[in-house]
This record gives sequence, structure tokens and C-alpha cells, in this order.
Amino acid sequence: MTDMAKDLSTAALQTARLDFNTPALQRKRRRRALQDRLARWYVSVGGLAVLGAITLIFFYLAQVVLPMFQGAELSARGEPQRPAWLAEQGRALLMAVEEQNQVAMRLDARGQVSFFEADGGKLLSQVALPVPEGSEIVSLGQDQPGSNRLVLGLSNGQALVFGHAYRVTYPDNRKTVSPRVEYPFGEAPIQLDPQGRPLHQVAMNVGSDGLLLAGSTGNQVLALELSREENLLTGEVTLGERRLELPQLAEPVKALLIDPRQLWLYVINGRSSADVFDLRQQKLNGRYKLLADPQAEVTEVTALLGGISLMVGDSRGGIQQWFMARGENGSELKNIRGFQLADSPIVQILPEERRKGFLALDAAGNLGVFHSTAHRTLLVEPVAGAAAQAALSPRADQLLVESAGRLQGFELDNPHPEISWSALWGKVWYESYDEPKYVWQSTSANSDFEPKLSLSPLAFGTLKAAFYAMLLAAPLAICAAIYTAYFMAPAMRTKVKPVIELMEALPTVILGFFAGLFLAPYVEAHLPGIFSLLLLTPLGILAAAYGWSRLPESIRLRVPDGWEAALLIPVILAVGALALGMSGHLESWFFGGDMRLWLSNDLGIPFDQRNALVVGLAMGFAVIPNIYSIAEDAVFSVPKSLTLGSLALGATPWQTLTRVVILTASPGIFSALMIGMGRAVGETMIVLMATGNTPIMEANIFEGLRTLAANVAVEMPESEVGGTHYRVLFLAALVLLLFTFVMNTAAELIRTRLRKKYSSL
Amino acid sequence: MKQQNLKTWFKSGSPWVWFTGGGVSIAVIMTIGLLALIAVRGLGHFWPADVLEADYRIPGQEVRVLAGELVEAEEVPRARLAASGLPVDAAGGEFMTRELLKVGNRELYGADFSWVVGEWLENPRTPAELVVIERREWGNFYGYLLGVKESGRLVAEGEAAWAELQQRIERVAELHGQLARLEKKDIGRINHGLERLRLKTRALELDGALDAAAQADLAAERAQWDAKYRELEGRLVALQQEFNRDSMLVRTTDGREQEISLGKVVRAYQPNAMASFDKLGFYFAKLWEFVSDEPREANTEGGIFPAIFGTVLMTLIMAAIVTPFGVIAAVYLREYARQGPLTRVIRIAVNNLAGVPAIVYGVFGLGFFVYVLGGSIDRLFFPEAAPAPTFGTPGLMWASLTLAILTLPVVIVATEEGLARIPRALREGSLALGATKAETLWKVVIPMASPAMMTGLILAVARAAGEVAPLMLVGVVKLAPSLPLDGNYPYLHLDQKIMHLGFHIYDVGFQSPNVEAARPLVYATALLLVLVIALLNMSAVYIRNRLREKYKALEH
Repeated sequence: MTDMAKDLSTAALQTARLDFNTPALQRKRRRRALQDRLARWYVSVGGLAVLGAITLIFFYLAQVVLPMFQGAELSARGEPQRPAWLAEQGRALLMAVEEQNQVAMRLDARGQVSFFEADGGKLLSQVALPVPEGSEIVSLGQDQPGSNRLVLGLSNGQALVFGHAYRVTYPDNRKTVSPRVEYPFGEAPIQLDPQGRPLHQVAMNVGSDGLLLAGSTGNQVLALELSREENLLTGEVTLGERRLELPQLAEPVKALLIDPRQLWLYVINGRSSADVFDLRQQKLNGRYKLLADPQAEVTEVTALLGGISLMVGDSRGGIQQWFMARGENGSELKNIRGFQLADSPIVQILPEERRKGFLALDAAGNLGVFHSTAHRTLLVEPVAGAAAQAALSPRADQLLVESAGRLQGFELDNPHPEISWSALWGKVWYESYDEPKYVWQSTSANSDFEPKLSLSPLAFGTLKAAFYAMLLAAPLAICAAIYTAYFMAPAMRTKVKPVIELMEALPTVILGFFAGLFLAPYVEAHLPGIFSLLLLTPLGILAAAYGWSRLPESIRLRVPDGWEAALLIPVILAVGALALGMSGHLESWFFGGDMRLWLSNDLGIPFDQRNALVVGLAMGFAVIPNIYSIAEDAVFSVPKSLTLGSLALGATPWQTLTRVVILTASPGIFSALMIGMGRAVGETMIVLMATGNTPIMEANIFEGLRTLAANVAVEMPESEVGGTHYRVLFLAALVLLLFTFVMNTAAELIRTRLRKKYSSL
Repeated sequence: MKQQNLKTWFKSGSPWVWFTGGGVSIAVIMTIGLLALIAVRGLGHFWPADVLEADYRIPGQEVRVLAGELVEAEEVPRARLAASGLPVDAAGGEFMTRELLKVGNRELYGADFSWVVGEWLENPRTPAELVVIERREWGNFYGYLLGVKESGRLVAEGEAAWAELQQRIERVAELHGQLARLEKKDIGRINHGLERLRLKTRALELDGALDAAAQADLAAERAQWDAKYRELEGRLVALQQEFNRDSMLVRTTDGREQEISLGKVVRAYQPNAMASFDKLGFYFAKLWEFVSDEPREANTEGGIFPAIFGTVLMTLIMAAIVTPFGVIAAVYLREYARQGPLTRVIRIAVNNLAGVPAIVYGVFGLGFFVYVLGGSIDRLFFPEAAPAPTFGTPGLMWASLTLAILTLPVVIVATEEGLARIPRALREGSLALGATKAETLWKVVIPMASPAMMTGLILAVARAAGEVAPLMLVGVVKLAPSLPLDGNYPYLHLDQKIMHLGFHIYDVGFQSPNVEAARPLVYATALLLVLVIALLNMSAVYIRNRLREKYKALEH
């Protein structure tokens, strides 16, 4: 006994002697604590970084999109120059800068062309134009922006056509620009006025047919067509001449402009009138009042890039855009939109050579940067103290201003003038269109193309596709969800749910290819069948249900409750076979053998093979499982106490469903619909493959569409990085992101609230 | 229940119950119908169908002898055929049959397929001697074998020709393998070496270190490669001559004679003479060719091996990226972050990112990964390749990374769910025994949650394998010249563009010049993709269900 007690006490002693604070254990504890802290840090930093990376998507997209909405920036380049040679020159008629921004050109009133360095103002070369003795320059006309062709109107009724050209060479690997003056129609001036009166206004255009010159002496407008033919063998140039007869005007001519297709001659005369002559028929098209304000006066008129639009500057600082568009009485000159610079008279309008933007200078030395399509004023800033002459470089990134004998260079940073809220979402009146329209047309082959970047048709297409998809998916999915959650036998439920979940996992590219390659031609060939299917299926179900209820109980009771869906499968298959089999007969009985032709000929409804109906069917297929699984969850989690209570009070199962279950679960069903909608809006491959991708705004179910997502997939690979088109596509992606994110978040919040409510019940 | 009259029956709500049941039936029919359609069309293509020969008599025209495989037949209203300009009799039945025949011989007829009116085909027959020749170009040839030639000299004719032909086709197939190995592997290695040499020279030049000694070294190396190339070139020319030695003489059913070089022939068979067992063997050979071979004729013939390979490789890389990041984020959210309104917001946001359209991720991948990250990598590490981009262009790495971001929410959500399901008692037990939080996490929680992570990963892989829209922007192409994994340094070419099953479906089905010929292959590819994804999903569902039951047992 005592031994035992002794043993125990030694054991106790030994335990007491067990020291947890040995250096080794302390080290181990410290190491473990350190590990714990490290793990905490590692996971926190890593986790936050991952979550941050996800949010980066939003910020990155926004960062790419934002520059589009910034205005232009103008910054002076160095100090103003006062080169000595400038003082000896006459008044400047025109200045220009060449493509490389190295050489600038100045034409003075005495016919002296000076080429100088755009940066330092150093004179490079001077050329005296061959103005005949005894005559002087009275007027100046320009061909299309970017053509570098000019015409001078002389006091003896002659016109001198010349151009300035630049050749870039790389001697010793250094870029060198050598300027020269050219005379595409010979050095000798062309006699425009046979009577030798001074040409107060002059205009020119070189088209595919040849040179068209127009000039005015007082009230008389003269036009001369010169065709230039070069003999291929001898290289000899012969000029053919044709004079156009134009009527005399009542008021003195202020400006002349020729349309680039040589269809119209615009004669600005009086205070603010424009007479438009039809050059083909050589008659007056009409007389238009350019300014509403009777006090105002037209001070400057210039054609925009492409020559279709006229920009009319007035004495009140306003600039109006006009072009010919088809109206009620044929072509008419129409006022498209207006801009306002300041309140001094506009003295110069400089069109950009690559885009439909322009700059304007007024008498007080204010500069305005505008864009016509976007109807946007990007910048208004004073650049000179008083009246000035300016030149814009072809890339519209440099500006050279001469005022009071000083030259000042400016950098113009204006990367995305084409974008504005109205250009993206509103109706825009594009050049050569008869009325304002929503158009998406981002690229074209010609260089003077006006990009049409309205996202409206794409957003419309997106919603149209989603709408037709939801039209099919919403009733089907909700019916299926209600039945599965509420009526279906559990044994069947465990079989049906995986099938529909499998449907959710199907890659959309497969649905898209199925829709495009199988469904679209099939639907086209079986249109009456498809529509009778929509009608017959509910009727068939109803008939089958009624038939079942009339069956003797001995048969009915063999199938337990909750298996109705299984019974319906053969019924629906039979109805489907009947409807589709009947399709051909229906077609020949009612639609003359071809419903498609009947639609387009008799009803005037255009029909595309890949249309919204096909998209609706295929995308409905993709959306059903999304809606189904969430709605089913919502219905299934309605507390049993509620339904049992209702049934106990004598309600039928259907009454319980409509008055208790659906009411309780409705927020959940609603959030299921929102999530389905979000999926339908963002779906890419199905719409890409099942529609013709035509960006049109037609609600017609038989026509195609183009969605935002498909548009991004189609156009993104070929858009220029950092360009406006690229950024607009990013904007489309951002819109999609925000839309789906907001939809999903709202749906999620509704569901969370619902769940809380259930748990309290 | 007693039988009711119509009114009470409606009042009972029973029809509406049936209606909702109809929704389930339709959804199930749609799913199974789609799968069945794809399976039938995809698998049926490889079966060597009988080739039909018939006299085709269009009213008012001469009789033509046609031969081809029946692809499709449909009933068309007579009026529609008449409207399309065919000389159809006004009298007769309401419908006529229209049949699509694959007639082959594209170099003679201009198209592989021809629509014919079934009623105008007279005395259809299936002659046993009719030969189908699969070629490397111009599609199939249908006709009769006349003889076999060697270097222009006739060696076999009539009955003996068939056996002779089969022998020689085997020989050509053997040579074709050798040629492919030589061109792809050996010459490919030389080209790769030369390209690396060029980049090395350029890099030295940029560093200003290209002195005489370096130049001599480089020249010596180049000379080595060149010598190797000359040797291989000699072998290549010899092989090609051997390859093109034999040819066969054939006649079409409408009497035109033609000589086909055996070098262009993949196989020749007589489907009408084949017994069912032969056909079965042929079927599996074709099926194997489909999954193991490279595509031919602008992807409309041959196999899809590079697409399978590209899809698998890309998904593997994506899985390797997404798993650690997804798990860390989930562990942080569930175990370390303070559970407050902010965490809830983050959780909802992450959940919703799974619903953001895939194309948005593609745009992000193109802008951020390809142009920003890839452009920077090029500037820093590959200045010698400029102006040609190395990583600054869509490629395998960016495709994987984009898909990783796309599937991140799936992994996070699944892992979090798994972590949340682990009973508190287990965690508290571990902590009570003195384990630190990190130890509890590492030794108790994560092992128990690992099946959930697995589920998340499988779902992510399934989603990634089926996603196409973002990949169109960040790295898939219709035809990649080589696999992204090969024997040339650095072995795994992350900068290469890849082929992808989903994109293959889109491209062949919609961008191909010969959609009709490609259609069966598209169905087969779709079937393969569906099978892979269905398998992945079902395994994820299975794991999830087992997991649920396991924790249910733990909780009680």
C-alpha cells in the first residue's frame, strides 16, 4: 500500500517536474506563433490581392474608356518666334503644315510662297508664283482638305492653279523633308473670265473627270471644266475646256464652294444667303437663308473633310453645319447642327484632314476645337491677342498661328473627338443621310469616312435577343421550377434535376452552332410547323390532362401523384411530330407553298434565315437552367408549415400554390428572372452564330440583330489599339459588365432578404 | 377522386398543374433531344455508308449517271421546287423528295455536294466495285478503279488492281509518316535553332557586344545548322520522289478518266462490298483518326488532335493558376476577414462576377494582359525580337490567365461553401487542444474542405473548356502550325497561339468555305466537347453530393 502511495507521489512529482518552459519548447512555441502570424499575413495579403485583381477589371475598363470623354488640350510649343524674313513678306493669305510637322508653308498676298521650319521659323526656301505682270492676287480657293491644291484668282480674270508637295527622304538615316511647288495644270494661268475682270472669289475641285474651276466677278458666277488627258505614249498633256452657263445673281458673291462629286456649286452671297447650283443640269437648285438672325452676316465658309458638309461661320461667333440631303422636294441644303465659339466674328475655319473635326478662329483671337458628328465643343481658348492666321497639321496635332508678325506653335492633344453622349446613344444626322438615325458602322474603306458609332442599335439588338429568349425561357423555366419543387415526386426530382443542370453546363458554342447550322435552316423550312407547335403544345397538354382525368381509376391510380411530367413526355413528342409533320401541308394550303415568300411578299415582313426567332429559341435554351435552378430553390425553400397550414384549412394544392407558395417565393422567382436576363444580355457565342450580326433597329422577329457582346467579339481583333473604335468597344464591355453586375447584385440582395424572412418563419 | 365534369376540373386547378408539368417535360425533351441529335450526327459520320449509283433524268435534259452518298432527304412542297426554277410537273403529289448527295470529285464538278430531286433518280444500284478514295486535297473521289501505275508505267489492271492499290497505299502511308517526321521534327528543329540564332545576333547587336569574335562564333553555329539542313534536304527530296512515284487510273461514273497520284491518297475503300464487320473496323479506324490526327483541307477533313491538345493544355495551365489563388482568397474571406457588412458585400460581388459575360473578361485580357503586361514583358525581356511581338500578342499564356480570372469566382465560391460546411466543433476542438489558427487551418480544415475545392476546380475546368468568346480575343487561332509543347527549348511555348475545340466548332461551322463538307466533323467535335464537359460536371456533382452526406453525418 505504502509502496503504491509512494509510487503515486513520485509520479506526481515527476509530472510537476515536467517543465513546459524549456528553451526548446519556448523556441518551438515562438516558431509556431510566428508561423501563425505569417500565415495570417500571407493569406490576408494574398486574399486581398486576388480580390483586388478582380476589381481591377472594372477599373481597367474604366481607365481605357475615360479618355474618350476628355476634351482637347492645347499647349504652346516654345516661345513665339519673330523671324526676320517674315517682316518683309506681305499679308498672309494661307499657311499650311505638312504631314511630318517639320515644314510649314506661307503664301502671301504678293504671290510669294515661303517654306520654313515649323519649329524654329527658319526660312528654307521661297518661290515666287508666276503671277503675270500687271495683275495681282484678289482671291484664293482651296480644293478638298488634305489635297494641298490651291487656286488664285487674279485681277485680270485669270486663275492660277498650283499645289505644294513634300518629299520625305532619309539621307544618312535622317528624315529630311524637301518642299516644292507644283503646277498640275501647267504654269500658265487659266483665263476664267473672258472679259478679264478681277476674280473676287474663286473655287476649284479636281475630280475623276478633271478640274472644275469657279470664279465670280461681282454678281456674275463663271465655271469652267477642264479635262486633262495624258497621252500614254508621248506623255503629252492636252486640256479640254467646257464652260458652264450659270445665271447672274442679285447680290455680290461672298464665297464659292464646289461639291467633291462636282454635283453642286454653292454660292454664298449677300449677307447670309446661299444659292446652290446643280452643275449637271446647270440650273439653280434653290436659294437658302443660312442664318436666322437678320443682323448676322456670313463671314467664313469652309468644306469639311470629304467636302460634303459646309461649315458656315457668322459675325456672331456661331458656326452652322449644312449639307445637301433629300427632303420633300428633292435635294435641299439643310442645316444640320450649330456650334458657338465666342461672340466675335469667325475669321477662319480649319477642317481636319483625317476626321470630321474642325477648328475655328474668331476676330478676337479665340480658338475653338469642334467635332461635327459628335456635336462637341472640345476646347475654347484664346491663342492670339487679335486677328490671326492659323494652320493645322494634317494629323491635327499641331497648330501654327501667325499674328502681328509673330509665329507661335501649339501642340493640340485631341485624341477622341468623335465621341459624345449624343454620338453614342442619340440619333445623329450623318453626312449623306436624309434624316437623323441610329447607325453603327465603325469602319469603311475610304479615308474620308464618317465613323458611325451609335451604341443604340447594338443595345437594342441586345435587349431584343434577350427579350425573345426570355419570352421562351421565363414561362418554361418557372413552370418547370414550380412543378419540380412543389408537385414532383422526390424520386423523379433526383433524376430531373441533374438533366437540367447538365443543360446549364452545355458550352454556348454548341448551342450557337446548333442554332446556326441546324435550327436556322430547319425553322426556315418549317415555319408553319414551329408556330403551330407553339399553339398545339398547350392544347395537347390540356387535352392529355383532361383525357387522363376521364380515365377509369384503375388505370389512374397506378401512376402516383407527381409523375404527370413523365406522362406528358410522349404526348409532347407526339404533338411535336404532328405539328412539324403538318408544316408542309399547312404551307401549301395557306401560304402558297412557301411561308417565307408569303411573309415578305404578302405581308411585307423581311425574313432573314438567322433571325431573332432562332436566337430566342437557342438562347432561351441556354437561359432556362439558370432561371430554373434559382426559382426552384426559392419555391422549394418555402417553409412547409405554410403549405401544410393552407392545405389543412381546405385549400386545394393549386390554391395553396397560387395564394401561398408563389406569393412567398415571388421575390426569389423575380431574382431568378433577373439573373436569367443578365445571362441573356451577356451571351456572346449564341448570338454571334445564330444571327446575321446586322446592326439594325427592328423589332421584327424574322430579322437579325447584333448585340453588344457579339459586336465586341467581331470587331475587337481588328481595332487599332488605343484608337477611338477600340475604346468604344471597351465601353460596350463596360456597359455589359455594369448591367449584369447591377442585375445580379439586385437579384442577390433580394434573395438574401428572402432567406432571412424564411428563417424567421 | 371521382370523375369530374370539365368545369369542376378546371376549378380544381388540375390543368394548371399539368401545364407546369409540361414545362419540365419540354425542358427534359429539349436537353436530351439536343444531345441525341449531336450524338447521332456526330457519330454517324464515320460509318462507311453505301454509295448509290443512279441515272439522273431531269425532264428535258440528257441522262447523267450520278454516284454519291445520301446525306439528307426531305419532303418539299412541289410548289416550292417549281418556284425555285426546276422543271417540275404541275401535276402529281403535293410533295416531292429532295435529296442531298455527296458526289465528291470537287476538281471535276466544282462542289462536293449536289441537291437532286428524288423522283428523277432512276434504277438506283450499289455496285460493289465502286471505289471511294479519300484524298489529301480536293476531297473524296467516287468512281471505278482502272489500273495502278508506277512511274507512269501500268503495273496492274482489272481485278488485280485493287490488291495492288491497297499494298501501295500502305507504302505511301508509311512514307507519309516519315516525311511528316522529317519536316515537322528535324527541319522544325533547325528552323527553331536558326531563329534563336537570329535573335541572339540581334540581342548582341542591341547590347553593342557584336564584335568580330562573337560574329565568328555565330557564323560557325549558323554554318553547322546549314550543313545539317543540306543533309536533311537531300533526304527530303529523295523521300518526296519515292512518295509521288505511284499513281492510279480511275474513271468517274459519268465516264471521265482521271489519274490520281498515290501521294495524295489517304485511303481507298469499296463501301458497297464491305461486310458489316469490315465496316465496324473501318468505323473505329476513322474514329481514331478523328481524335489523333491533324486536320486536313482547311479543317474540314482529318482529325482534331491539335485542338484537343490545345484545349487540354490551356485548361491545365489555367487550373494551376486558379487553384492557389482561388483557395487563398476563399480562406481569407471565410477564416481571416472580419465578418461584417464589408465582407458580405465582397462575397456578393465575387458571387456576381461569375455572372459577368465572358466576353468582358476577354476584353480585359486583351487590353490588360496582352497589350499592357505582354507589351511590358516584350520591352523588358525580348527587345531583340522587336518589332515582332513575343508576349505582346494573344497566346497560350494570356488565354490561360484570362480563363483563370474568369473561373476565379467559381473556385472561390465553391471553396468558401466547403469551408462553411465544416462544423464549428471540429475547429474548436483543434483550437482547444492548443493548435494555432494556422495549424487548425492546415491540418484540420483544409484537408476536410479539399473535396469542395476539388468540386470548384472541376466546375472551373468544365466552364473553361467550353468557353470560347474570350478566347477569340486572347489566343486561339483556326490553325496553329505546331503544338505549344514540343522538343525544342523552352519546350512549353507559352507565347504560341493554340487551337481550341470550341473555337474549332465556331470556325469550321461558320467561317469555313465548305460548310456542308465540314458539318459532320463539327457535330463530332461538339459531341466530344459535350462528353468532356458532361463528364467533368457529373464528377463535380458526385463529389459534392458525397461531401454533403459526409458532413451531415458529422453534424449529428
